[in-house]
Amino acid sequence: MRRIVVVGASAAGLAAAETLRREGYDGTLTLVGDEPLAPYDRPPLSKQLLAGEWEPGRLDLRTPDDLAGLDLDLRLGVPATGLRPADTEVDLGDGSSVPYDGLIIATGVRPRRLPGAGGHVLRTLDDAMRLRERLAPGRRLVVVGAGFLGGEAAAVARRLGCEVTLLEPAPVPLAHAVGARVGEMLTDAHRERGVDLRCGVTVTEVTGHGVRLADGELVEADEVLTAVGSMPNTDWLVGSGLTVGDGVVCDEYCGAARDVCAAGDVARWFNPLFGRSMRIEHRTNAAEQGMAAARNLLRPEARKPFAPVPYFWSDQYDMKIQAYGYLRGHDEVAVVEGDVAERRFVAVYRTGDRVAGALAVGVPPRELRRWRQAIATGVRWREAVQIDAVAN
Amino acid sequence: MKVELEADKCVASGQCVLAAMDVFDQDDDGIAVLLDERPADENLDGVREAVAICPAAAIRLVDQ
Ligand SMILES: Cc1cc2nc3c(=O)[nH]c(=O)nc-3n(C[C@H](O)[C@H](O)[C@H](O)COP(=O)(O)OP(=O)(O)OC[C@H]3O[C@@H](n4cnc5c(N)ncnc54)[C@H](O)[C@@H]3O)c2cc1C
Ligand code: SF4
Repeated sequence: MRRIVVVGASAAGLAAAETLRREGYDGTLTLVGDEPLAPYDRPPLSKQLLAGEWEPGRLDLRTPDDLAGLDLDLRLGVPATGLRPADTEVDLGDGSSVPYDGLIIATGVRPRRLPGAGGHVLRTLDDAMRLRERLAPGRRLVVVGAGFLGGEAAAVARRLGCEVTLLEPAPVPLAHAVGARVGEMLTDAHRERGVDLRCGVTVTEVTGHGVRLADGELVEADEVLTAVGSMPNTDWLVGSGLTVGDGVVCDEYCGAARDVCAAGDVARWFNPLFGRSMRIEHRTNAAEQGMAAARNLLRPEARKPFAPVPYFWSDQYDMKIQAYGYLRGHDEVAVVEGDVAERRFVAVYRTGDRVAGALAVGVPPRELRRWRQAIATGVRWREAVQIDAVAN
Repeated sequence: MKVELEADKCVASGQCVLAAMDVFDQDDDGIAVLLDERPADENLDGVREAVAICPAAAIRLVDQ
């Protein structure tokens, strides 16, 4: 291969580009990103950056020297607008086209929006700076959606002295993802800090002065943040012939077509460890999958299935939440250590007859490693949970 | 080769420990601890993996 194009210049795309060079690829390496900025990191956007603790420069993923060392054909501030696999070319928004022998798709996701106008979303540095300018003591912020992103933003806004209303359609935050018990714990954490968390409410519209609920009520606010999930950036692939269905559909090697791979938030691939297809919006997965996709693209004869144990963290108030594995759609949750009410615990998740996930708060990560191991090796639920009971 | 760790960026993911056990550890809060600033050659691949995979871009490997 002499020409590789990576579309999407963030965590996954950068990891792919770096891996290609590390693995000895010395051909032309084009990195295309529609944001004008050098690759930067997103998790701090809803944490240190929003809180005003970090300035934007701290988010740079690499120094200018590190980037220069990659010898990239860097196209920033220009989107990819089309893919023509038959011609092996990517079309760009400036009217040009880039030919490729190998392509990595890493275009991530964008926030889902609600009907109406105004309000904020939180995905880019611009989004975060705009919201940050508006947060000050006494300002009223409505956050729609009490997922991890909404929860983090609510926590930061409270710390900045804002009056925060958090609106969530489910009975407790994140129940579908982490289970009711952890959801209740999050509910308590928000309410203790003075967040007006209202569950079981549906927002139908964002207005200039707040949000409208399904029952007609208007919840007034100075600022509205919508955090109701995201959609994969696959519009530019329409007509390409690639299979797209909630993400770019890939096999277990991150392959979407001949000489085309996908990685990061935009990729839906078959994870053999769990025997199912998944799309993971976690920061560590972006880097891991970028690396895996790059290796498989470069060495198809030695390609390896991408079978990671997903890992996620979230910082809310004084809690660090850490989770391994695939928790969604679990059949059972068991608290194997500590106490959920005390916010110091390990909960493990059963799917079928195996340990599929573990979530911890306030526990040294070292103690979580064996749970990660149990997930990675597909340990049976009975064995794992009993061994643990004995060990404690 | 020298390893540099910006501990205040670290998000306690433990990826570095998985990649290079002899070079990184985590304290009780999960924050990465550098065990070996100048790793032996056989550990360098693991360190490079850690640099690439660290979700906080908190690790660098510098030529000196
Ligand atoms: C505020 C916030 C907080 C988060 N906190 C955490 C956390 O605590 N823990 C955690 O594990 N994860 C967290 N995440 C998730 C994590 O940031 C993502 O999983 C990660 O950024 C995914 O990387 P990516 O490279 O796949 O996609 P992205 O970071 O979305 O990058 C894709 C890039 O491609 C660009 N692009 C899109 N379309 C095109 C196109 N057509 N042409 C060219 N370029 C294009 C985009 O503009 C973007 O720059 C958070 C995310 C956000 C937004
Ligand atoms: S990989 Fe990075 S963020 Fe994770 S523990 Fe190591 S230094 Fe910290």
